[in-house]
Amino acid sequence: MFAYYFQLGLRSLRRNPALTALMVMAIGFGVAASMITYSVFRAVSGNPIPDKSAQLFTPQIDSWGPQQNVKGEPPDGLDYTDAMALMRTHEAKRQTLLYPVQMSVMPGGSSDLPIAANGYAVGSDFFPMFEVTFLYGSGWSAQDDESRGSDVVITDQLNQRLFGGADSVGRTVTLNGHDYRVVGVTSHWDPRPRFFDLFSTDGFDDASDFYMPFTRALDLQMRTGGRNSCRGKLTFTTWDGWLQSNCVWITSWVELGSAAEVARYRRFLDGYAADQQRAGRFNWAPNVRLRDVVQMLDHEHVVPPESRISLIVALAFFVICLVNTIGLLLAKFLRRAGEIGVRRALGATRREIYAQYLIEAGTVGLAGGVLGLLLTAVGVSGVGILFQPQIARLAHLDLSLIGLTMLVAIVATMIAAFYPAWRAANVQPAWQLKSN
Amino acid sequence: MTLHPMISALRRHKAGVVLIALQIALTLAIVCNAVFIIGQRIERVNRPTGLDENNLFLISQQWVGAPSGDDPASVDKLDSLQQADLAALRALPDVASVTPINSLPLLNSSWNGSVSLQPGKDLRAGNARTTFYFSDEQVLSTLGLHLVAGRAFTAADVQHQAMRDQREPSIVILTKALADKLFPKGDALGKVVYFNGDPAPTTIIGLVERMQVPAVGSWTSSFTWYATLAPTRLNANFSRYAIRAKPGRLDAAMHAVTPTLYATNRMRVLDDDSIKSFAQIRADAYRADVGMAILMGVVCLILLAVTAAGIVGLTSFWVGQRHRQIGVRRALGARKIDILHYFQIENLVIASVGAVIGLLLAIGLNLLLMHRFEMDRLPVAYVLAGIVAVLALGQGAVFVPARRASNVPPVVATRAA
Repeated sequence: MFAYYFQLGLRSLRRNPALTALMVMAIGFGVAASMITYSVFRAVSGNPIPDKSAQLFTPQIDSWGPQQNVKGEPPDGLDYTDAMALMRTHEAKRQTLLYPVQMSVMPGGSSDLPIAANGYAVGSDFFPMFEVTFLYGSGWSAQDDESRGSDVVITDQLNQRLFGGADSVGRTVTLNGHDYRVVGVTSHWDPRPRFFDLFSTDGFDDASDFYMPFTRALDLQMRTGGRNSCRGKLTFTTWDGWLQSNCVWITSWVELGSAAEVARYRRFLDGYAADQQRAGRFNWAPNVRLRDVVQMLDHEHVVPPESRISLIVALAFFVICLVNTIGLLLAKFLRRAGEIGVRRALGATRREIYAQYLIEAGTVGLAGGVLGLLLTAVGVSGVGILFQPQIARLAHLDLSLIGLTMLVAIVATMIAAFYPAWRAANVQPAWQLKSN
Repeated sequence: MTLHPMISALRRHKAGVVLIALQIALTLAIVCNAVFIIGQRIERVNRPTGLDENNLFLISQQWVGAPSGDDPASVDKLDSLQQADLAALRALPDVASVTPINSLPLLNSSWNGSVSLQPGKDLRAGNARTTFYFSDEQVLSTLGLHLVAGRAFTAADVQHQAMRDQREPSIVILTKALADKLFPKGDALGKVVYFNGDPAPTTIIGLVERMQVPAVGSWTSSFTWYATLAPTRLNANFSRYAIRAKPGRLDAAMHAVTPTLYATNRMRVLDDDSIKSFAQIRADAYRADVGMAILMGVVCLILLAVTAAGIVGLTSFWVGQRHRQIGVRRALGARKIDILHYFQIENLVIASVGAVIGLLLAIGLNLLLMHRFEMDRLPVAYVLAGIVAVLALGQGAVFVPARRASNVPPVVATRAA
């Protein structure tokens, strides 16, 4: 029976071409607008490291005090003094400090002009903590952190540019005039949003080129290539003066496996801040935070407001299109009251009429979905007008979005058809037969 | 014509009436807020930066193997690299003037601090926040800023210092907005101010009409027009140069700079992103605003079209249903215009009910957006204009089916149904 009703539905699409076209277009536009904005929202609001996001925490310590912090929140980054103090205690199972660095690299080959290379100074734990995947080699060891070695992990992108994609482990890369030994090449590892550096980026920066040891970057006195935020009158002029200042520029991450470990680390942070207060470095009560990945993404407002507003507007638009569809379906179905009367008189039950018209609505939804899919494909390639290229690139039409588009179009149209189909099923056969 | 028969007729089409009214209400709510968002974004994008933006472009470049800039010798070395670049750029035939500068309006890379009337007041206690532009004596002519009082910098005023050096300048030019904030009487010229809690005074030697801060984010809204120009070349391992090309020679000048800079010194990073026209900087800064306005505009247009189409569809259906009744009315003496008016007034009644509900929904949606996204309050004028628009839309949409109804001949009444 389903196949027959489906055929009837397809045939009836052709019967009132104008009315049908109106409904198909309303559903097509509505579902496309929703899907385009949803594809962006999905990309920016996703969890970049779902299996470990609840175990990775970023400690924050208020080193500015109530006079200078923003709305009572500790600064989003750490100053050098606090960062090194946290690092030295080894209180967490794994921990790393990091900050962005900008360097130049000689590409080799025929070109002798240096190119820009952006990367991060990180600890050896960075790689296992954040589940960095490797094409060749691996990260460096904790001993290399200690010995302040000139190791570097490069990304597959830089590896392609410098070595043509070959296994470059053991080869030398010259960054800012210093030689580094390649110990690993990552494979497509670039989490979006870039949860580990929300201090210097908005979460959607261009992909990194390399990761180098934090200790080595300090030895070379490399300034942060990202944000540096200070308070009050600044008096330093030298590198060491900067390190001792209240400027925050380092992000710290710790991996804590269980709730007990989290509670212990929280106590440790409070204790550390209390020690600083006793030592006279802080003139205020301990004010610390320990946020996990999801809390941090939320705290830093990683989802751009444009994404939320456009999603809300698109969904409202879709609702209006559905209201419109209800009205048009009502007109379309009741126009055939006579036909329904004949069928009912010939023995069709209300349930059968109801099923027939719901399936007919489903075919409208199907056609609207196909149109919506085409519009979504066009729209997704055009989201660059609304979002920066780094975000626009994340929105793409994949199998799940195609499935969702069709499903939403068909289900929404059938829900819209509940009332019109009910009205159709309640047509009084006697009345229709008499008046015709 | 009395409304009574019309209302009782509408009672027999409850579903259709409710659907049209609901659709008009929702359309009004969305369109009012969307047009309001468009208006706000356009206003933001259209504010002038204070610069003469035509023929202006920016180079951001980085030297490779440059010294650290922590000791006086390496600062001098960095400055000589910068001076060499400036001399080479200024010698280009298509270039009108060049100035080194740490940032530009809309560039989203800024150096901000505080300015106070008393020495030693730190950031929070300062009288105003300000952004700093470090540049040289050619800054006004290169950027096209209007000096409204005092004098410009001369070559003798210009100092150079390492980027990390925290010394404050001894003389500055302020924007008029900042000067008026600090000295409401308008006598800022020649007065002394203190930057970033420094005990050393700085003298105001000039005022420019207007200059925007680099960042466009909402966090700068408290000091959008509070800029300070300092006669200082900053020395670091990177530099930025703002360049004014001779009129109509922007493309030629932009193409000429790369070979010129490489000829001066090959050891530098200078790629596609390094050279940007001001038009490009503006487009990047306001991408989200322009995109949002376009998106809202498209949504509004499609929405109005969908709503109009829905009214046409349902009214056509009613006209078909009442075909015979229309014939009876015509046979009993109603003129064509009476039938036309009947459908027009019917639509007006439904649309008015929808508009009242829509008014409440529009305000509700605006409150939600205000609460969640720091939007402003929707002005009443927008809602009133929206109501007029949806009523007009309804009348426009109902006209075609109503005309068809008015053309039903009286003879229909005599035919068997």
